[in-house]
Amino acid sequence: MKSVFVGRVFGSALLLGLCLSSGAYAQGAGGGRFGFTEQGGEAIFKNVCQGCHMPDAKGAVGAGMYPALAKNPKLETAGYPVAVIVNGQKAMPAFGGMFSDQQVADVVNYTRTHFGNNYKDKVTPADVKAARP
Amino acid sequence: MTEQVLAPMNRRSLFRMIGMAAGSAAMYQAMTDLGYAGESGYSAPLKLEGDPKGASVLVLGAGLAGLTAALELRNAGYKVQVLEYQHKAGGRNISIRGGDTVNELGGFTQHCQFDPGFYVNPGPMRIPYHHIALLDYCKRLNVPLEPFSIINYNAMIHNSKAFGGKPKRYREVETDFRGYVSELLAKCTSQGKLDQAVTKEDAEVLLQALRAWGALNQNYEYKKSGQVSNHRGYDVDPGGGLSWQPTDSEPMAMAELLQSRLWTGLLTGHEYEYQMTMFQPVGGMDRISAGFVRALPPDMIKYNCKVTEIKQDANGVVVSYVDSQKGGAPQTATANWCVNTIPTTILSQVPMQIGAPLKNAINSLSYSAGFKAGVQMKRRWWEDDERIYGGITYTDQPVALISYPSTQFMQTQKGVVLGAYTFGPHAFELTSLSPEERMKVVVDCGAAIHPQYRTEFENGVSVGWHRMPFTLGCFAQWTEANREKNYNALCAIDGRMVLAGEHASHLGAWQEGAIVSALDAIKRLHQRAVAA
Ligand SMILES: Cc1cc2nc3c(=O)[nH]c(=O)nc-3n(C[C@H](O)[C@H](O)[C@H](O)COP(=O)(O)OP(=O)(O)OC[C@H]3O[C@@H](n4cnc5c(N)ncnc54)[C@H](O)[C@@H]3O)c2cc1C
Ligand code: HEC
Repeated sequence: MKSVFVGRVFGSALLLGLCLSSGAYAQGAGGGRFGFTEQGGEAIFKNVCQGCHMPDAKGAVGAGMYPALAKNPKLETAGYPVAVIVNGQKAMPAFGGMFSDQQVADVVNYTRTHFGNNYKDKVTPADVKAARP
Repeated sequence: MTEQVLAPMNRRSLFRMIGMAAGSAAMYQAMTDLGYAGESGYSAPLKLEGDPKGASVLVLGAGLAGLTAALELRNAGYKVQVLEYQHKAGGRNISIRGGDTVNELGGFTQHCQFDPGFYVNPGPMRIPYHHIALLDYCKRLNVPLEPFSIINYNAMIHNSKAFGGKPKRYREVETDFRGYVSELLAKCTSQGKLDQAVTKEDAEVLLQALRAWGALNQNYEYKKSGQVSNHRGYDVDPGGGLSWQPTDSEPMAMAELLQSRLWTGLLTGHEYEYQMTMFQPVGGMDRISAGFVRALPPDMIKYNCKVTEIKQDANGVVVSYVDSQKGGAPQTATANWCVNTIPTTILSQVPMQIGAPLKNAINSLSYSAGFKAGVQMKRRWWEDDERIYGGITYTDQPVALISYPSTQFMQTQKGVVLGAYTFGPHAFELTSLSPEERMKVVVDCGAAIHPQYRTEFENGVSVGWHRMPFTLGCFAQWTEANREKNYNALCAIDGRMVLAGEHASHLGAWQEGAIVSALDAIKRLHQRAVAA
């Protein structure tokens, strides 16, 4: 059934009422995209993660909350943030499809060594690859 | 699919051709005939038969789902109490006006500076004609509607990397695309390449159609002519007397048009969800929730209640909540039943006595990113300078589109345009910025299409939906696979509680979805209640 929807440049990812058209256009026009182009942990954090986890990585509370990544002991096991970013977790979207292995490794390494976190062991793109479903 | 008419492959390629040529509208028609399209299932106002015998219901959340549930359950004789996190009702059904404060998570506060009478709809802005439950409520609740212009032939389609970054008019792209596709298809037809697909007689009709529809000349070519200008517009429009000589316009070259992908800007208005006539409430989208609130007793909604825990047993539910402004010790509210319309982003963090299927379903959803910005301009230059009256300009830039006001044409000096409406990566990125940084992007992108942005920009307000404290996102992001796995469990009654809302519908990201989901949920809950 989907295959006849050739007008929908994106196919299934966009069976979401709204994003269809502007998304399809953006993609089609070449400037728009599915994935993130930022390179390096800091740029990725500032352009993506801080939308929810906030610029100081302290999270925020409203009717629900975004957890702090600052001084977060759960970041000690590097595999945990990798898995959360790649596969998502509850309200946190899965970003696996929007980042390369390198990008995920970079942002994890950045987060684990900033905002009061000081975990020295590095995540590699190979670790990220292994975490993908 | 059977093979009566065409082999499946041929039929598919026919769809493809129709789709390419007609935009999705004709293809949609063809598919409707094959039973592919559907409606929201609503036919008439809900009648809940049977006596609830004094049963009580707690409705959690006063968005459109919660308001619908409250209104109908009260009419059916239930004792209804609504708990709402915010100091006002409506949820995502909002408008921002001058004097309003927008509080985003992270302490980002904006004070909207619009002049009196202007507003932006940072959430829902348009209503399809087939969202009949919503339209019915607007009628019942005396919410006046007016047209929302979805297609404007004089608006722009823009790709910063095509045609030297210069925008084209919708009518130019549309006519040229239609013309070239017609020419190509006519060529195939007269060369006998469609003999397998159409009879000889039909091929003749097809040629006639293509000529008329594509504005082709007698040789079935799409070329500069008066006829073509009659569709795509002129370099100099026809006028009167001696000083105006109409001058035909030159179509774009086909290869350049195809590669520019400007044609992707033609698709929206043809899809079922965006076909004309679309509507908007006069004066702002939040007039709908205001209509619901008017129809409810004043004390039915308890504001500033942040639900923090939900317990239930065989007799009813106990909901804990704290004052969302002042905090303090949790209070509790009890009832026999519960309609829970809190977005799943938040519900996934609320301890609840529920079964594993519902819990898994809630936890399986994250919400899409969405970003919108309203921009007040010192004058209505899109009308005065560009002759754009309503409608939408599409662009490949981060703002994705510019939507011009559908009302007050030429009546006010100033005006507010929607300067950004974007999803996906760009929305995540724009959400991550401070309101000031965002507005700079909005103006830069706008100025690439309309230089007037530089001089006429006055002030603006933006919403990054992941920073909205009451939803943590735009709308539930269902994949087909996840829907297969978790949708039924999300909608099923769990003990004494049922979920409702945009997320519990097949019309995700639409207000209609919130409403029909609530109607369906309370219908099922009512059956249980009267049977109990
Ligand atoms: C950017 C955007 C564009 C859209 N465009 C359109 C459009 O053009 N046309 C259209 O028809 N639809 C559109 N929609 C979709 C439409 O807005 C939604 O589908 C609909 O408003 C959802 O209603 P709801 O009742 O399900 O949820 P909501 O409106 O989110 O209501 C949920 C309520 O629960 C409250 N709440 C949250 N947490 C708690 C808590 N812990 N305790 C108590 N209360 C709580 C919230 O404050 C809120 O009032 C758009 C949405 C967005 C975000
Ligand atoms: C759309 C909002 C959003 C964005 C963007 C986002 N997150 Fe999250 N993140 C969340 C939410 C919500 C949670 C809590 C999920 C849960 O309830 O388990 C979370 C949880 C996490 C956790 C687990 C924290 C803990 O204490 O368990 C990590 C690590 C994390 N995010 C890292 C990131 C990184 C790195 C980025 C950028 C690549 C990012 N997030 C972007 C919303 C977001």
